[in-house]
Amino acid sequence: MIRQEFRVLLFDVTVGRGKIVLLGGRNEVAGGSGLAAMLYAKYGQPTLPASDAVQPLIFAIGPLTGYFPLMSKMVCSFKSNYHNEYTESHAGGRAALALRFADLDALVITGRAKQLSCLCIGANHLEMKEATFLRGMDAESAGKLIRRMFKEGSGHRSIMRIGPAGEGGLAMAAINVDTYRHFGRMGGGAAMGMKNIKGIVIHGDCDFKVPEDKAYRSLYQEIYSKVTSTEMMRKYHNLGTAANLESLNEISSLPWKNLQQTSDPAIASITGGIFADDTLLRNGACSGCPVGCIHIGFIREKIGLDNRYHYHQVAYDYEPIFAAGTMLGITNTFDVLRILEVMEKAGLDAMSAGVALAWATEATERGLITVKETLVPLCFGEAKGYQQAADYLGCGSTDFYRLLGQGTLRAADVYGGSEFACVLGQEMAGYATGELFFAAQTLGFRHSHLDTGAYSYDQKNSDQDINKAVDFLIDDEPGRAFLTSMVGCLFARSVYTEKQLAECLAIVGFADLAGSIPAASENIRRLRWKVRTETGFNPENFSIPKRFYQVKTWKGTIDGTYLDKLKDEYGRRIMALVKEVDTPK
Amino acid sequence: MKQLTTPRMDQCIGCQSCALACARLVHKRISWQTSGIRIHSSGGLSTGFIANRCLACDPAPCTAVCPTGAFTNRRGGGVIVKANVCIQCGNCIAACPVDAICRDRVGNVYVCIHCGQCVEFCPQNCLEMVEVNGVAEVLP
Repeated sequence: MIRQEFRVLLFDVTVGRGKIVLLGGRNEVAGGSGLAAMLYAKYGQPTLPASDAVQPLIFAIGPLTGYFPLMSKMVCSFKSNYHNEYTESHAGGRAALALRFADLDALVITGRAKQLSCLCIGANHLEMKEATFLRGMDAESAGKLIRRMFKEGSGHRSIMRIGPAGEGGLAMAAINVDTYRHFGRMGGGAAMGMKNIKGIVIHGDCDFKVPEDKAYRSLYQEIYSKVTSTEMMRKYHNLGTAANLESLNEISSLPWKNLQQTSDPAIASITGGIFADDTLLRNGACSGCPVGCIHIGFIREKIGLDNRYHYHQVAYDYEPIFAAGTMLGITNTFDVLRILEVMEKAGLDAMSAGVALAWATEATERGLITVKETLVPLCFGEAKGYQQAADYLGCGSTDFYRLLGQGTLRAADVYGGSEFACVLGQEMAGYATGELFFAAQTLGFRHSHLDTGAYSYDQKNSDQDINKAVDFLIDDEPGRAFLTSMVGCLFARSVYTEKQLAECLAIVGFADLAGSIPAASENIRRLRWKVRTETGFNPENFSIPKRFYQVKTWKGTIDGTYLDKLKDEYGRRIMALVKEVDTPK
Repeated sequence: MKQLTTPRMDQCIGCQSCALACARLVHKRISWQTSGIRIHSSGGLSTGFIANRCLACDPAPCTAVCPTGAFTNRRGGGVIVKANVCIQCGNCIAACPVDAICRDRVGNVYVCIHCGQCVEFCPQNCLEMVEVNGVAEVLP
């Protein structure tokens, strides 16, 4: 419901008990990203390791969640065991609305359960059940069993769970949200696994009065029409993000074969159109989003020689396809889905895992590792090897895979090959667009291409004006941080302008916040950086591997001097922001 | 007299916009549950979606067990609801053979009144208002 305070459930899984607290700060941190950072500042221990039981695992939604279309995402924040710093990951599915209708703005999990357990929360219930029988179970099977463990609430609940990768504490372990969405990056799955929590069920079982302002209905209708009746969201509705494959290949910005190429004629067999024509089984949506950008493909497997088949459904998007496809030289759409399915079941972040296996392949080619480490031959374009390797990686089957699962650079430190590790803070996103993107992803708040508009800037600008480029990053960030504090889908950023958000906030009863969006946005941005800095962030912690200096984009080969200067200046500007922040208590 | 039908649920993407619209516009609630149409999967999100809604029984078994006249038969099928005389006994919920009636935590009941306001909020064209005598068959 609309209330100025944040209603937060603190759950200590060590003792299996929760506590509801009401916290102030709405006009300073809004919700979502800002709220998550505030909660980490309040309940986190920045100097203790990520694996310490006291570290909170935070899930937060925003003031507009459930009240407007596409306000359908949730923020998960934690101290990452990938880089031992504070981070955020975002996911959709039903999670956001489920938390809204559990009448919570945030869930904060602390402690470590004595046995592997599942947590179930709702507006008027709170339950933790021992679930040791789920140990080692893949994320898909675990979801099915958790549905049987907690029978209530079909259609009105979210089930978040981890696979073996999360239980094993891999830094590239994801949290699976409602089968087809994920808190993918930076080891959210490991953060949950460290709490000994296999699954979290959020049952959204209460409702609220409609806002009193009669204009609410018409504003909802207006926004709904924008996102369904105009061209604004058609890209996501139609081919989905997979449409990017062809266009990025066209401008030499699509990573192929561990970023040894940025374009390849083989794209013809792996475009968004081919995925749709050949593999697309159906579409799906996050709750509260009529766009329905989720694209679910199928794979059909033959059993033995007779005509006996079974089929599987695998969600696809541009970046998982880049990671399990072009980055590995895989150009058969069904093979991409087969690799993704293995990652899905293991509970691995597909992007991280694909990029890590691409490095392992090149390391094999160069003789740094052999089949002794990888157990199966890895060769660009050979899908079966990658399917098996993804399983080994997710299950941490050997010392090599356990090390690789902590991050490609960790493995490269031992085996060599850091110069061709495609890591920009974490395993790269699928945009080899140019210098600004490489600098921005290296230092961006959550190392996501959506932290900044750098990938877009690169595609529109060929000049080398450092101040102009870094000003763009710095100026662009507060608006994105505010939208992720709502927590709106970033695909809808053209719909949810600052003016539109102000109107939405005011109409549901957050007039003060509506009137101070610029100040709140700036505060949120700085708070997030302050919290991250307190956990150890320093721009000097992150370097750019040599491979990125060899990349050729539509502008030509990367200018290394320009790239270094961009990174230095962006880092300097971030640290300058941090010095000015005043953390709310 | 028209009634709500769900002839193309195989096109449903599970966005729940219909349920949110019914709650918002008909029942004045922000909810995905206290509405006349509720969407859920049939055993996990990989299995497609089902719409729980009134199938416009004529006469409706829920009206027969209503002790106060809060639920009365609607011409052509379904029910007319007078919420101000409902005593929240829950008899209607037990009587409905297809689980189309839900109640909130304080006992208020919610059922489809076949007004059709949800239809325009389905981005996949799953829903349709059809003249009562034009309904060929009942589809879930």
